[in-house]
Amino acid sequence: MKNKVFLILCALLVGAFMSVSGQDEGTGPPGSPSPPAPASDVTAHVEIEGNQRVALVHWRLPDENGVSEYVIMRALTPEGPFEERGRVTAGVDRFRDILEMPTDSAIVADTMNTVDVVAPAPPTGVVVADRGNDHGHAINVSWDLSADDGTGMDNVIIYGIYRARGEPDIFLLQGEAFKGDSTYADIGSKEEHLKNYMPDHVDYYYKVRAKTNQYQPGQRDYFYKVRAVAADTTLFSDSETSIMDGTVFSDSEIAGPVQSYGQWFNTDRLSVLFLVAGFLIVTIFFIQKAKGGADLFVRRLAGIEAVDEAIGRATEMGKPILYVLGLGTAADIATIASYTILGRVAKKIAEYQTGLIVPCYDPIVMTVAQETVKTAYMDAGRPDAYHQDIVYFVTNQQFAYVAAVNGVMMRERPATNLYMGKFYAESLILAETGVVAGSIQISGTDEISQIPFFVVACDYTLIGEELYAASAYLGREPLLLGSLKAQDYAKAGVIILTVAGFLAMIFGWEGFRDFFHVTN
Amino acid sequence: MKRQIPLMFVFVLGFLMIIQFFIPHEKSEDLASFLLDWIVIIGIFALALGLWSLVRVSWDKVKHRKPNWQYSVITLVGLFIMIFFGFDYFRNFFSAEGLDNYMYVSFYTSIVIPVQATMFSLLAFFIASAAYRAFRARTVLATLLLLSALIIMLRFNPYLGPIGPFCERTSVWLLNVPNLAAKRAIIIGVGLGMVATAFKVILGIERAYLGKD
Repeated sequence: MKNKVFLILCALLVGAFMSVSGQDEGTGPPGSPSPPAPASDVTAHVEIEGNQRVALVHWRLPDENGVSEYVIMRALTPEGPFEERGRVTAGVDRFRDILEMPTDSAIVADTMNTVDVVAPAPPTGVVVADRGNDHGHAINVSWDLSADDGTGMDNVIIYGIYRARGEPDIFLLQGEAFKGDSTYADIGSKEEHLKNYMPDHVDYYYKVRAKTNQYQPGQRDYFYKVRAVAADTTLFSDSETSIMDGTVFSDSEIAGPVQSYGQWFNTDRLSVLFLVAGFLIVTIFFIQKAKGGADLFVRRLAGIEAVDEAIGRATEMGKPILYVLGLGTAADIATIASYTILGRVAKKIAEYQTGLIVPCYDPIVMTVAQETVKTAYMDAGRPDAYHQDIVYFVTNQQFAYVAAVNGVMMRERPATNLYMGKFYAESLILAETGVVAGSIQISGTDEISQIPFFVVACDYTLIGEELYAASAYLGREPLLLGSLKAQDYAKAGVIILTVAGFLAMIFGWEGFRDFFHVTN
Repeated sequence: MKRQIPLMFVFVLGFLMIIQFFIPHEKSEDLASFLLDWIVIIGIFALALGLWSLVRVSWDKVKHRKPNWQYSVITLVGLFIMIFFGFDYFRNFFSAEGLDNYMYVSFYTSIVIPVQATMFSLLAFFIASAAYRAFRARTVLATLLLLSALIIMLRFNPYLGPIGPFCERTSVWLLNVPNLAAKRAIIIGVGLGMVATAFKVILGIERAYLGKD
């Protein structure tokens, strides 16, 4: 028997080594020269300059380690053959390719067929400004519609928004707006390694192009690619091939310069600031009032009142109590509220000398829960009854955790199951297994979609905010009751504001609505 | 002092994060991102504690031959097998490439995923049993619940004939008016409760997470 086990283990080990060694892809001997990284995001589009057409080719610089120069190549088909159009040194990311008129008979015929396509009237009144209430790296562009958008020839199909950086020389397409739209938010990234990187405090120029999406007379498809060449010219790498954008268009006047920058206060969130400050003031007021000895009424919470009864039942039956903190992290408010309830429950359990089982899903939650339970046992004067295995980690795989907790329920048959915290799809599986195990069940969660499941499967359920109120209700401490009272008044405030909102909309007080309109 | 320093940290950082919400500037975002990164760092250290807890509890059961100790053997074997196959021994021992290991991936896709899917599938049967209990018309409210549920379930039946439009209209009304109103009331309550609890934590009124209430 031992030999068989030994052989199986050896086979597993060999399998493991073979499987890891089989992954070697053979990247070649170390130290051999490698070609430079290719240029990326190659774009090409046509500009009209005087009486000639120019293809503006732009690319994103790669890690230029080893790059000596870039060779710009052009072809009539994506497959090639590509011919060299020019060279630029490393560090340059653009190239102007002057386009010749076609001589090929087929192209000439194509030109003849499309020569009557007329460009739409250009957009006018382009206004550019920093996009407010953000972290920067964004510019708002607005314009007056082309005279041929919806009226006139009505041949505008789309607007292209082009941006040049530093000098108004090479404009690159940043995005498009549909016909009839007259605004565009050019939102870049603050991350340098990303394609749409857009640094702050740099001059930007914009122009808006009204396009008809018809073929440019006298133009044919050109395909460009950029070759990054090392000092040793036998080492090079090609970019992806890019087709030239060539539509019939007309450009607006150039607008700019404009710079993007971040703001130090988000005025769109002013209403939130007022409400939070107001709520804080009310909370502090009621806490002070409670400290002064005012009798604050709190309505009965059946679920919490049942906790004592449930602990008593467990003591009589000589069976443990299972406390599940849910799938939330230690940063979730529901989990924080659950710690408080756990502390109170653990103290009672320690006093009654009943068993407690707390399987955890999150290791941070486990660490905090261990400390909470330990302190509760010490407060109850029973530090000897505490041992670290009361609170233990199971797994952070959702259904593996459910399987483990269900296993505990079916094997240990706890007298009481308490589910307090954040729950998802596992709520009903846990609660129904608890029913099968014959336990009294008390639950509390702020996950709205899980509340119905708990309501049908548990004896008592704390609905939403009752979970947060439970700690104050259990402790009856003035400080906690004060904050509970503040919540009630805040709810009254929400009702008043809701009614005021109805009235504002009925009477057309748009300012009221706009004040409460919060953007992210 | 043991309690004062953590409470001070919570107070300062809590208010810092509230203020950060109103400052969209890049510097403010970077600060928030830096602070949130600490959650990941703490999580990594806590994972070691979690694993230690799991091993200790399981090993204790096996060592003392406690009831159902065999399950703990399976737990420990599963844990160590996955750890063993999770390393790339011959190339980059400290990289994540071991997670592509054939054995590791096979165990995961052939055992872990089907077992988890099985657990999830049990939900269908549990919903049926829970619905059976919930829909017993013992009181007026339970009867209302039963009728509402019947109308909403009937809505999806394509062979309802003349009562089809009635079921459609009524179920839409039930979902969009009383159901949505109740949901919104709970959401408002939860939102205020969250803010109140956050204030209690920041102001040091709620201290259970420190192991002291």
